[in-house]
Amino acid sequence: MISRLFNTRDTHFRFNGGIHLDDHKAESTGQPSAELSLSGQYTLPLRQHIGAPAQALVSVGDNVLKGQLIARPGAAPSAALHAPTSGRIVAIDARPVPHPSGLSDQCIVLEADGEDRATDYSPVGEDWPSRSREELLAALQDSGIVGLGGAVFPTATKLGSAREWEVTTLIINGAECEPWITCDQTLMQENAAEIVRGIGIALHLSGATECLVGIEDNKPAAISAMSKAAKASSYPITVVSVPTLYPTGGERQLIKVLTDKEVPAGKLPSNIGMLVMNVGTVYALERFISTGEPLITRMVTVTGDGVRAPQNFRARIGTPLADLIQAAGGYTASANRLTLGGPMMGYALPDDTLPLVKAGNCLLVTSPAVLPEKPAALPCIRCGACAQACPAGLLPQQLYWYSRARNHEALEKFAINSCIECGCCDYVCPSHIPLVHYFRFSKTDIRSAAEESRKADIARQRHDARQARLDRIAAEKAAKLAAKKAALAKKNAAAGDDKKDAIAQALERAKARKAELNKDDKQAGSSAETGGN
Amino acid sequence: MQFATRVSPHTVGPASVNAVMRHVLVALLPGTLLYGLLFNAGVWLNILLAVVSAVAFEALILRLRGRPVGPAIGDLSAVLTAWLFALALPPLVPWWVIVTGVFFSIVIAKQLYGGLGFNPFNPAMVGYVVVLISFPRQLTAWSVPRSLESPQAPSLSQLWQTLWGQLPVDAFTHATPLGAVKTALTRNATLSEIFSGADGIGGWLGGHSWELLALTWLAGGIWLIRKGLIAWHIPAAFLGTLFSFALFFYLIDSDHFLNPLFHLFSGAAMLGAFFILTDPVTAPASPRGKLLFGAGAGVLVYVIRTWGGYPDAVAFAVLLMNLCAPAIDYFYRPPVFGERHG
Repeated sequence: MISRLFNTRDTHFRFNGGIHLDDHKAESTGQPSAELSLSGQYTLPLRQHIGAPAQALVSVGDNVLKGQLIARPGAAPSAALHAPTSGRIVAIDARPVPHPSGLSDQCIVLEADGEDRATDYSPVGEDWPSRSREELLAALQDSGIVGLGGAVFPTATKLGSAREWEVTTLIINGAECEPWITCDQTLMQENAAEIVRGIGIALHLSGATECLVGIEDNKPAAISAMSKAAKASSYPITVVSVPTLYPTGGERQLIKVLTDKEVPAGKLPSNIGMLVMNVGTVYALERFISTGEPLITRMVTVTGDGVRAPQNFRARIGTPLADLIQAAGGYTASANRLTLGGPMMGYALPDDTLPLVKAGNCLLVTSPAVLPEKPAALPCIRCGACAQACPAGLLPQQLYWYSRARNHEALEKFAINSCIECGCCDYVCPSHIPLVHYFRFSKTDIRSAAEESRKADIARQRHDARQARLDRIAAEKAAKLAAKKAALAKKNAAAGDDKKDAIAQALERAKARKAELNKDDKQAGSSAETGGN
Repeated sequence: MQFATRVSPHTVGPASVNAVMRHVLVALLPGTLLYGLLFNAGVWLNILLAVVSAVAFEALILRLRGRPVGPAIGDLSAVLTAWLFALALPPLVPWWVIVTGVFFSIVIAKQLYGGLGFNPFNPAMVGYVVVLISFPRQLTAWSVPRSLESPQAPSLSQLWQTLWGQLPVDAFTHATPLGAVKTALTRNATLSEIFSGADGIGGWLGGHSWELLALTWLAGGIWLIRKGLIAWHIPAAFLGTLFSFALFFYLIDSDHFLNPLFHLFSGAAMLGAFFILTDPVTAPASPRGKLLFGAGAGVLVYVIRTWGGYPDAVAFAVLLMNLCAPAIDYFYRPPVFGERHG
């Protein structure tokens, strides 16, 4: 109740490091968001989330309705996939998807019939507070909802584990710290009431007793909209205006700024009783519970000086990016780069034939004036600008040195795994060294070395086991052989004795006979011989 | 339409190595001007010759190493090294002292170790120590500050002649305040006798005229800290330690141990604190490592100045601490995010 009286507050907590960047939010927020018109074809990758890919439930030639489940979640964590409109499945095959390395992945391709007929939704509806948590979580399994802030972790799994961790605080991430991106801001301005209802549902599901909404102070309209909606609700929500500083939207940094608590290195927010969700995710949650509509649309910013009319769009998942560009007025003559996400952490796309995916918060089209080519790297002078900017408290100049030397031991000692790849070090480096690139390489290098050594261990164990088995068999064989030999030797020995005896007896007999003969011949000589015997 | 792909982050910050070096040079400028005014224009001639020969050596060795010459010259690091080396010299030295020192700085201490960023020792100080040990006579003959009525202030043509070795430097020189004090102390004089003498070596803070110079270096250094180009840790630890040690012994026996302010405002203490020890290539990376590094140099300077064979010791202290920097960096890692509080 106290939080209702003090519904909005500032914070004086800070994280170390971070950088100030031109926010470029105005370009795409001059007008409200627009609904994107239907596209002709939608491409839906089966893996748009962290975890196992979804498993297709449809075949080529099937007709589907808008919102129909077309792929069910694979082994947890995984997320479902739904048809964004009505139409026919025309292909299920590997196609290029938005990916940092430009890879292809299995996709379901849907040709729209233009009628946009929806399947019958069976929403939970207004009485969700009276439904059990288990029942709601079971329903969420097939909602297709994933974290829309960029991590795309399946929401049902996340909320499902909240009670085990005894989560007490729900943190809603509306910081949107990257320049150019305004989809969360627009959503908060236009759908604050729905977001607040979604927060209510998330509180119910997670068992958290309070909610903090963090919004950077360069978005006053979003802060005021969210405060009003929070005040009008009965939920324990506090909207916190946080200073604009990149990367406040990183979940660890946001938790620090909101609560002064640090998530221990190598642990998750749930370890300290926190659950972080993006505003877009709770909005999708509310849509699903209230209307039954699964995650088939999202807010996406199309901006940059490379499109004529930057704007936010409510676009369906699977929409060809070219249609988004078209809706934003098309390319300008100087457009030369296409980025999915922001200029700090987004990744460059080779062309606009790729589809919009659930993680796609922003399509940034730029000219060299906005994103110039990086000058050639000079040697590191260890000036330490990177260490001052690092929000994870790392020493990038040391990590760079060890990364070049591929010194895995030192890299782990200097906590490379705490690197969140925010790009601050890279940005401030006077030598223009692509530090984040080195660190990404080193992280995978360490992982593959660990995998290699694990495999080598298994191979060694197998080899040792095999050697032991061979040794045992050899030993057994040898023992058997020895036993046989011994038996034979015994037998031979026994046989030899017999022979000797026989010879001795024969000799004996011969002697006796001789003696007999001698006795007969010479009495005296024979007695002397037998005495010598 | 095909677009170029590149790894994130895609934004490029405004900083550059050239700008870093340029700012340090700007911070050196007032002190450099004052140095020349307080003593004589030989200071500026030294810098000019040092810079020209440093750039020439750098270009030559880069060509021999098969490395691009342009970016390395353009980063201004050779200019800065030469500048600092020349500032460490007395105002009047023959040209071959300068060229030899610059050769050791740029060719041996910097490029043979791999160039900028790879040198374990401060190149300017390596060059300086080589000439200090090799040519002690030329390196200890310091010009008399203009303000003290020198026997003959050298004219510009005389400066030119000394630079080219056509005129002996002795005519215009005597020892530095620290040097004079050291010599007098070894002759069993007390400090009060030395300072009351007619030499006029003492000022109100440190050595006469030297204190003004030191204040100018201090101002330049503070400007660099405010600009975020150097961290406060090394200068603070260095000056703090030097001050504390000097204070301790001064309180025990003020007749045989110089007062702490004299230590801070004489010799190369201020220049070293803000411009030489702070060379990031040869200093530790972590804040606590920097404190340790600065404090170690402070102790060494005091010990060598007080009990060692040389009147000043910043160059030796810098090189000795440079030796320790990699170990300090390896063994001390600051806590990362999430290691301080649960």
